[in-house]
Amino acid sequence: MTEQKPSLEQRITDARRANRVARVPYLTAGFPALDRFLPLLRDLDANGADIIEVGVPFSDPVADGPVVEGASRKALANGVSLEWIFGELKKLDPPLNAGLVLMGYYNPFLQFGFERLIKEAAAVGVQGFIVPDLPLEESHELRTMLKSVNIDLIALVGPNTDDARMQEYAPTASGYVYVVSVMGTTGVRAKVAEEANRTLERARRNFNVPVALGFGIQNPAQVDAMPVQPDAAVFGSALLKHIESGGSVAEFMKPWLE
Amino acid sequence: MKKGYFGEFGGQFVPELLIPPLRELEKACEEIIPTKEYQEELDDLLRTFAGRPTPLTRCDALSKKLGFTLWLKREDLLHTGAHKMNNTLGQCLLAKYMGKTAVLAETGAGQHGVATCAAAAKLGLGCTIYMGATDVERQAPNVSRMKLLGATVFPVSSGTSTLKDAINEALRAWIVNQDTTLYCFGTAAGPHPYPTLVRNLQSVIGEEIKAEMLKRMGKLPDAVVACVGGGSNAIGAFYPFASDEKSASVRLIGVEAGGTGEPGCYNSAPINLGSPGVLHGELVMLLQNRDGQIEPSHSVSAGLDYPGVGPEHCYYAKIGRVDYGVAVDREALNAFRTLCLEEGIIPALESSHALAYVLEHPDRFAKGSDVVVNLSGRGDKDMDIIREHLDIL
Repeated sequence: MTEQKPSLEQRITDARRANRVARVPYLTAGFPALDRFLPLLRDLDANGADIIEVGVPFSDPVADGPVVEGASRKALANGVSLEWIFGELKKLDPPLNAGLVLMGYYNPFLQFGFERLIKEAAAVGVQGFIVPDLPLEESHELRTMLKSVNIDLIALVGPNTDDARMQEYAPTASGYVYVVSVMGTTGVRAKVAEEANRTLERARRNFNVPVALGFGIQNPAQVDAMPVQPDAAVFGSALLKHIESGGSVAEFMKPWLE
Repeated sequence: MKKGYFGEFGGQFVPELLIPPLRELEKACEEIIPTKEYQEELDDLLRTFAGRPTPLTRCDALSKKLGFTLWLKREDLLHTGAHKMNNTLGQCLLAKYMGKTAVLAETGAGQHGVATCAAAAKLGLGCTIYMGATDVERQAPNVSRMKLLGATVFPVSSGTSTLKDAINEALRAWIVNQDTTLYCFGTAAGPHPYPTLVRNLQSVIGEEIKAEMLKRMGKLPDAVVACVGGGSNAIGAFYPFASDEKSASVRLIGVEAGGTGEPGCYNSAPINLGSPGVLHGELVMLLQNRDGQIEPSHSVSAGLDYPGVGPEHCYYAKIGRVDYGVAVDREALNAFRTLCLEEGIIPALESSHALAYVLEHPDRFAKGSDVVVNLSGRGDKDMDIIREHLDIL
């Protein structure tokens, strides 16, 4: 158990060395059913996920579109809580190869208590947090606590985050920086917005951690078609829809492995 | 104090994509609102379009029974029937000065929606209203009013399909449309700078109470009472007193909605019954479960039916400058009925909560004192709900 895991940054760098974009699936914990959580994680792990973002459901997800919100609602109705998620993740033996990131809104983390949060997260091998409603100015306390146990707080930036603002984030960035592709919420879109290329370019200039692209991505062809390539691609809504309609993880991940 | 905070409450807990439009709004608050041009135009709109100043009505019949003088600040007489207009005219005018071509807003019962639509129509701005699908059903007359005033009404069917979900959807829409559109937020809550902006626009209520009492009675009132949902009418009534050392003797009382009133019932009283947490961009007192999920709220008054409350109220509660009480549905309905019969005024069910506190607890006010209740809106909109609860109709 003392074996050193590669950092999130290292995982993405390794993928780039292998001449590919790192694969970062997003899965709402306990969706579509409680007993699917660990098997789905195992499937993602076995089918090429470099990092898995585990969605912690919240009743009022303002940055999410209908698919992730629907999955959150279903998970909450199934009885998912942060406590339950940690309990399940503890059962992962052997641990996953992929890196684990918790993605969720601020209030459930706040109510859990930060002392307890970092202890539990570190114990189950979580390496990063993404908190979409926690901009830089509000993030100091959580970031400092996470840092004390070597967990990254991943920054989110978007098309309207100007260079000066990126420079404010840059000194605190660790793990990777999450580029939101479009002025909107999460959800499947036919093609990656044109503006994402410019945002990626600017993020690369302003940050010295890998750059992940998310919001609207459903397949690798969309990413291949982009003139500016991200270091990692995050896909959530498309995967959740696939799972909900009864599809297997292996099937969904296949194009990403080709 | 940290920017955008009232003590430990407030803040700006929003996705990074909303930081630029919030900063643009902060800048507009600092650079446009203080200008003579903006102030004069707003003042003119408030007087000649909305109907300010609103009167202070002395309730002679009730005062005799209560043993102190009860005054009503008549925000119910404002155009579209509630204090909401003070805020929407201010924000829509600001949107125009900022070069925006449209506004969007959330609404619960529809009062803020109607007030936004009227201000937008008057000022030539496009207008989209986000309203929970459940509320669209149960507040049909207000939906018609909004449509008549030229707005697009967007029913929100995610979550609980009520006000909090309408706010979620309005925030999402603002992410997409921020270049052309200002979010005209309905109450003194949400991410900074809204709590301050809305409080400043609503403070005309408290300023007028002060001036009118000094003019007519030669003294400040002994107490000011207002209902608190998100808390915009109350903060507007309180702030000119709470921020003024010379008004330190004026008691300020906010009244939250206790719902049906049995222990553990759904309510809308986060200051009295909630705990600190983050929702809709702010750290405030909230109705939530132990996992930090937001609980459904309830009140017979749709305008108070919200699980959170503005940060400045949380702060005033904490430092003890304002007392926050609770009135339950039944007490509000009794107060509603009493005001109709004794004083010839049909109050909104929201404002009836403030009134209920005074009528239920006359012993808490000194004999001979002057007590002002902010009558934040008129009750015509509540006829369907009243019909369900009072068998006289």
